[in-house]
Amino acid sequence: MTDSKYFTTTKKGEIFELKAELNSDKKEKKKEAVKKVIASMTVGKDVSALFPDVVNCMQTDNLELKKLVYLYLMNYAKSQPDMAIMAVNTFVKDCEDPNPLIRALAVRTMGCIRVDKITEYLCEPLRKCLKDEDPYVRKTAAVCVAKLHDINAQLVEDQGFLDTLKDLISDSNPMVVANAVAALSEIAESHPNSNLLDLNPQTINKLLTALNECTEWGQIFILDCLANYTPRDDRESQSICERVTPRLSHANSAVVLSAVKVLMKFMEMLPKDLDYYGTLLKKLAPPLVTLLSAEPELQYVALRNINLIVQRRPEILKHEMKVFFVKYNDPIYVKLEKLDIMIRLASQANIAQVLAELKEYATEVDVDFVRKAVRAIGRCAIKVEQSAERCVSTLLDLIQTKVNYVVQEAIVVIKDIFRKYPNKYESVIATLCENLDSLDEPEARAAMIWIVGEYAERIDNADELLESFLEGFHDESTQVQLQLLTAIVKLFLKKPTETQELVQQVLSLATQDSDNPDLRDRGYIYWRLLSTDPVAAKEVVLAEKPLISEETDLIEPTLLEELICHIGTLASVYHKPPSAFVEGSRGVQHKRLPGSAGSGESVESPDAVSAAGVSEAPPAVIPSQGDLLGDLLNLDLTPPTTTGPPPPASSGMQMGAMDLLGGGLDSLLGGDLGGSPAMGAVFGAPPATMPASFNAPVSGGLDDLFDLGGGVGMPMGAYNAPKTVWLPAMKAKGLEISGTFVRRAGVIQMEMTLTNKAMSVMTDFAIQFNRNSFGLAPAGPMQVLTPLSPNQSIEVALPLSTVGPVMKMEPLNNLQVAVKNNIDVFYFSCQYPISMLFVEDGKMERQVFLATWKDIPNDNESQFQIKDCHLNSDAASNKLQGSNIFTIAKRTVEGQDMLYQSMKLTNGIWVLAELRVQAGNPNYTISLKCRAPEVSQCVFQNYESVLKN
Amino acid sequence: MIGGLFIYNHKGEVLISRVYRDDIGRNAVDAFRVNVIHARQQVRSPVTNIARTSFFHVKRSNIWLAAATRQNVNATMVFEFLYKMCDVMAAYFGKISEENVKNNFVLIYELLDEILDFGYPQNSETGALKTFITQQGIKSQSKEDQTQITSQVTGQIGWRREGIKYRRNELFLDVLESVNLLMSPQGQVLSSHVSGRVVMKSYLSGMPECKFGMNDKIVVDKQGKGSEDGGKSGKQSIAIDDCTFHQCVRLSKFDSERSISFIPPDGDYELMRYRTTKDIILPFRVIPLVREVGRTKLEVKVIIKSNFKASLLAQKIEVRIPTPLNTSGVQLICMKGKAKYKASENAIVWKVKRLAGMKESQVSAEIELLPTNDKKKWARPPISMNFEVPFAPSGLKVRYLKVFEPKLNYSDHDVIKWVRYIGRSGIYETRC
Repeated sequence: MTDSKYFTTTKKGEIFELKAELNSDKKEKKKEAVKKVIASMTVGKDVSALFPDVVNCMQTDNLELKKLVYLYLMNYAKSQPDMAIMAVNTFVKDCEDPNPLIRALAVRTMGCIRVDKITEYLCEPLRKCLKDEDPYVRKTAAVCVAKLHDINAQLVEDQGFLDTLKDLISDSNPMVVANAVAALSEIAESHPNSNLLDLNPQTINKLLTALNECTEWGQIFILDCLANYTPRDDRESQSICERVTPRLSHANSAVVLSAVKVLMKFMEMLPKDLDYYGTLLKKLAPPLVTLLSAEPELQYVALRNINLIVQRRPEILKHEMKVFFVKYNDPIYVKLEKLDIMIRLASQANIAQVLAELKEYATEVDVDFVRKAVRAIGRCAIKVEQSAERCVSTLLDLIQTKVNYVVQEAIVVIKDIFRKYPNKYESVIATLCENLDSLDEPEARAAMIWIVGEYAERIDNADELLESFLEGFHDESTQVQLQLLTAIVKLFLKKPTETQELVQQVLSLATQDSDNPDLRDRGYIYWRLLSTDPVAAKEVVLAEKPLISEETDLIEPTLLEELICHIGTLASVYHKPPSAFVEGSRGVQHKRLPGSAGSGESVESPDAVSAAGVSEAPPAVIPSQGDLLGDLLNLDLTPPTTTGPPPPASSGMQMGAMDLLGGGLDSLLGGDLGGSPAMGAVFGAPPATMPASFNAPVSGGLDDLFDLGGGVGMPMGAYNAPKTVWLPAMKAKGLEISGTFVRRAGVIQMEMTLTNKAMSVMTDFAIQFNRNSFGLAPAGPMQVLTPLSPNQSIEVALPLSTVGPVMKMEPLNNLQVAVKNNIDVFYFSCQYPISMLFVEDGKMERQVFLATWKDIPNDNESQFQIKDCHLNSDAASNKLQGSNIFTIAKRTVEGQDMLYQSMKLTNGIWVLAELRVQAGNPNYTISLKCRAPEVSQCVFQNYESVLKN
Repeated sequence: MIGGLFIYNHKGEVLISRVYRDDIGRNAVDAFRVNVIHARQQVRSPVTNIARTSFFHVKRSNIWLAAATRQNVNATMVFEFLYKMCDVMAAYFGKISEENVKNNFVLIYELLDEILDFGYPQNSETGALKTFITQQGIKSQSKEDQTQITSQVTGQIGWRREGIKYRRNELFLDVLESVNLLMSPQGQVLSSHVSGRVVMKSYLSGMPECKFGMNDKIVVDKQGKGSEDGGKSGKQSIAIDDCTFHQCVRLSKFDSERSISFIPPDGDYELMRYRTTKDIILPFRVIPLVREVGRTKLEVKVIIKSNFKASLLAQKIEVRIPTPLNTSGVQLICMKGKAKYKASENAIVWKVKRLAGMKESQVSAEIELLPTNDKKKWARPPISMNFEVPFAPSGLKVRYLKVFEPKLNYSDHDVIKWVRYIGRSGIYETRC
């Protein structure tokens, strides 16, 4: 065969010649001519002029020729719609051909011809083909519906093709099912709200059956479709997972990754204490590692996805560090991605190995890779404190190599290390200063200037160094200019006598000779600050900077969740939501993980709670308003069984998943005017609010004295209220119950004193609770072993669990109790302090706190005043910690201490708090943010009682 | 889904262009050429987004295959499809070269029409495709033939057709392993793994049901409990980290019973891939000694030690020792084989045809360097090694391969079976 000759005809008058050949009588010549036409078409020549002649060749029984003509038609029909109609008859005829291959070919091609007139004629043949006896024709027709829908959606709906397509999901042939699923998924994507892909347990079952039988590609379509389903409960979720896991051993990586997607998504619904949950986690690691021995392009896709998976569930791959070590011959895109994942997996356990590798990489050839490796060393230092020293010395070694870009990169990361561990590694500054001249990149120059300004008091010739930069001020990039301005102002505030001239110079350069508004504005601000109030200037410019956090490039939690739903797709490769790169209605839908989806609505609808499953943290508080009395009367006073909903899975992430636009806090981020813009990216600081009042009352001496009593030091134990009488003897035929609630080592206990004030002996005690807001229930029967004689008291400690039935109470912390003895059943109600429900691991990561705070809509914020409290902020923080209210960060702004605190309820609800304490002012302000704002009032009361006692 | 598929030669000229979706225009063909094939810098990613169109590409010798889309497609699937496409083309006309693509362009268009519909991959098993995409026309087929074709293409066993007959039923089974190693200069194993493949050639009549067994630790332990030699066989079994299978293997059965059962395709195919990391037999140990003598001289001595049964022979041994860029001359002494300095590759290549187990050999080199004022230090790439050994470094052993064909009258005993083990070096590197 020498078909390549068709590519080489470049004669003039070619079209004319071809025309003659196409109309030739000889079959062979005709075929040759059509081949030439197709070759010309391929290389981009316009051969549309030959349309009628080519279409004339269509009626042939030579299948090869027919296919070529069809190919031509698909390309040019749109430009010649009137003539395309000539082809219709042949198509319609072919759709009736006894040979199924020809029927399918006709319907397949017809769908690709985007001409309205042809489309009209397509409907009848398509309808027949959808019901064809041959599965090959049916599977082709299924895809054709999607084609037609792309041309004319209305027509497809009017003709009822969608219903036929839905029927095909029950087809006996697995490939027909797979194509029908693919077509329906695509159509459903362009109608986000239609319930087209009506996924219910029956259809899911059909899909899972077809999954075992169809081709590798069909398995992908089905798995991708399954990933859109939300199981009703954890049991359904588990059973689907069980049937999907065998796919992890498929040779096709796409089948594997799509299965991983389904599992990652459905896993959200499984309770973490379930054995199967652990098994599943273990099953995920090996196939992910295996993907790394695939071809490099697939490795790249896999690594981009692993990057997401590691952020969402670090436990899966935490022991697999070695497989991410870079191989010398890996393509550069694979190397860079591996490096990213290595840093994410770095921990104290493996840091030595990681550092040894990174040092190795820093000597390689590729500049981007080397830079990233150097940067990675810095990130290790910030992430694993124990390794910081070794990292710094490694970086110094690298600086000694004098390789220009290595030095610059190292200086940029050393600046970050200074931000994380202030006043620890300043001894290296001298070495850094030696390399000042070799820095030519803005980022490195800015970093170096920042270091000089920040540690100006320790660098003898700081003024000379900065002055040397000033010479070419106008040639510097904005980043460097801004940094230089700030650094010189810092220097001036630290050494005012020697540097007055310098500061004058930089201020005038910034304000008078610059066109950059940012630079001018900053210049003016400094100028005014310095001229009006140097003390204030000092406080602003030299303010203590918040420490930077460990992970600086984590994907924002909401986006991460969405991307997890898109594992394997382009979105997961770009790390962008589909809406960022797909036009039109497709992909605009935001996908979410089941655990966190739509928690807003569920609060109102009791059904949604049970339907959405247990991992849904916030709405677990409030199911239905049941019949209180009925419940109490039906008490059978047997020890409670723990069949209620299992404790909700709780992770910090679930909270940070809501509305991106919710918080207005971005603007309040890191209010340090003195900091550099270059630093902005690494601020992990808690939000700052400007103090409301500047003229705070001067603190009295007495307050200070009281402060001493409060004491700073070890966190104190929890405050426990004294016992109060819950059930007076008069109301209970002589039985008096007084009690309180305590939380010890994570166990809630109800401590009661039972007193017999009657004349006869009491025996057979039992206790039962009504359903309540947080599912409190006795963890065991009440132990009153000996009979209670008249005038005798007995102390009883009843451990409580939080897995009982749930119902909203008013007030929220109300508990209705029934106590039985040999005489009668008595009812009383009491209120427990909500701090009983604060769990010990309620300390949020700073980063998560920040994201969550932003995420919770402002409507959910409530503010309270705590009056007459005489503790200083440290004492308050200690005291609160005793009740599992954890202080995450503290900032001091204008003498006002801001404490950022978090606590977690037993049902997984997080409450975030900002406590403002002004020295000398006995009134605290507290702002509470929570997904379930109902709890705020209780939490506030709790703050008040803890702080005041 | 895939919107268009293009094949280019190394110059960026289009050889094949098939558009499946309306959102991919003719200009997409040029966009990829200009931005990727003609791009000045090295390719930084196999996925490129140009003006909202995403391109996936793979290269086979000088040929570029690119898929274009404007949707959020399953990226893994697109790459898998591109590889499959290469396999299919290779099965039809051999090596993928410009000449072959041009010579078979009609066939390629026909294939593209069949295996990709509206951008959705369809059945792409060569076994099935070859029954009806033949370049001969299908006029002559009888009605039965046609139904047979369609049911095979869409059927549950899409990889095998009915009615295959052989006079001699024969099976060839190759266990091909590549052993990968990264070792520190001090001889510490930084990472090592074996990635293995079980490749089969089956010439069996009918629709035979096969069952494959190996010394998988999980299976052996399970069986070992009942039998007496449990302790003994436990030693010989291997822990498989992960394995993947050809689509003919029943995955759910593997998941529940860990047994590998399948109806094999006819001819060549890869039954499974696996990966092991524990108790790997590293066939060679490389001991590098590098000494810098002043600024202009480097002394390198490399010792290799073979670490397997003395009765076995390793073949095609090649040790590649990188040299600095400013090397001016090299003097070499080696005990066995031939060593050469290849200036164009910046490396000393030492080749030994054969080496028995439990032996040792060495090469020493004096490298003269030109004095340079280049501040940058030499990156010292790792020493790499290639070899082939007649055993499986993972320790994998085939225990059985049973064939059942109830409808035809041949039994497992009548099938002639051949098993072979080959261990090759993957990336086998020692840092120096």
